[in-house]
Amino acid sequence: MFKKEFTAGQKSKVKSSAQRAVRAKVIETYPGLEPYIDDVLPKKEQLDLVKVPDRVSLYCNGSTPLFWQHMDDAIIPHLTVVHKYPWAFKRIRIDRGAIRFVMSGATLMVPGLTSPGGRLPGDEDAGVYDNGGQDIDAGEVVVVEAEGKEHACLIGVLKMGTKEMKEKKKGVGIENGHYVGDGLWKLDLS
Amino acid sequence: MADTATASDARPPKSVVYCGVCSLPPEYCEFGGTTKKCAEWLEKAHPALYTALYSSEALSQNLSSLSVDAQKRAEKDAQKKAAKAEAAEARESEKRATSKVIIKRVERNKRKHITEISGLEHFNVDLKKAAKEFGKKFATGSSVTKTASGGEEITVQGDVSDEVLDWVVEKYNVPEDNVEQIEDKKKEKKAAPPMVAPQPT
Repeated sequence: MFKKEFTAGQKSKVKSSAQRAVRAKVIETYPGLEPYIDDVLPKKEQLDLVKVPDRVSLYCNGSTPLFWQHMDDAIIPHLTVVHKYPWAFKRIRIDRGAIRFVMSGATLMVPGLTSPGGRLPGDEDAGVYDNGGQDIDAGEVVVVEAEGKEHACLIGVLKMGTKEMKEKKKGVGIENGHYVGDGLWKLDLS
Repeated sequence: MADTATASDARPPKSVVYCGVCSLPPEYCEFGGTTKKCAEWLEKAHPALYTALYSSEALSQNLSSLSVDAQKRAEKDAQKKAAKAEAAEARESEKRATSKVIIKRVERNKRKHITEISGLEHFNVDLKKAAKEFGKKFATGSSVTKTASGGEEITVQGDVSDEVLDWVVEKYNVPEDNVEQIEDKKKEKKAAPPMVAPQPT
């Protein structure tokens, strides 16, 4: 989604009622983030809304981007937030060979997740990616980490449930995500 | 993966180091195209991380997990990316070397002047922000205006060309030789041309 670099549009302050709504929505979407919500979205701080091309709105606190949302889709955290609280999100892992494609903005394909280096919930050695053994459904927001790396490289909405992935082993996994080094990552808000 | 799945409420946020060159987390530098520079930066800034990431052991481990074929392709890709990044950088530095910032003092009304600054955009300066900054610094009006030739320039009210010169060199790292100061005498009265009026600079 942010393959090209772009410049921020107009910045406006978010009404405190809307701010509460954002907060509620974030907690609802990411229950794991609740203990940290005051650090991520401080109650007293003025939240800003920055308009970004492609009908994306970006919520930020001062010059730190926090969440972005495409129209009325799911609200998705910026990767700097993910890097700070990786355990608060549902995670999957891709193999090493897929990293370079992700980093150049390609669509994440399922084989990168089902191969030996990839991890999906329910795998035998899933570890932190187990998600309590629950499959993740299509349409949910997942953080994608990479084999041999500590930090997440991509976040986006699943196009295919993880159960289906394990059966089919091909097709599109995540489209239009936010990855490290993309336009949103490089956006300068100061 | 260093962290374990014991997510307790009191778990403090992870502090993440980001590369000073390509802004990615250092472990992803190898995909950024400026790997060499990133490695140098990391060695200086975070030696411990550097040894963890760039030791020959870690590198060979990385490679062994891929098939030979995929390795080759990845390498080719990386090379291409690096070449691209290098070319872009070369272009940038060339642009820096050749382009000029022109600071022009325009007489507006006898003793009143405005200062026009053009060419700043070649040095990766956001004109709008720069204009705001000038206005703040000199406590005058300052704005971005369109020139007749289609470009944009910054117009500052008042004669501040000397100060602007210093500021541009210092703040935006423009080499001093690339900054030119001109005084526009176009609007002087017709009687004036024969005698050269002393111009305080």
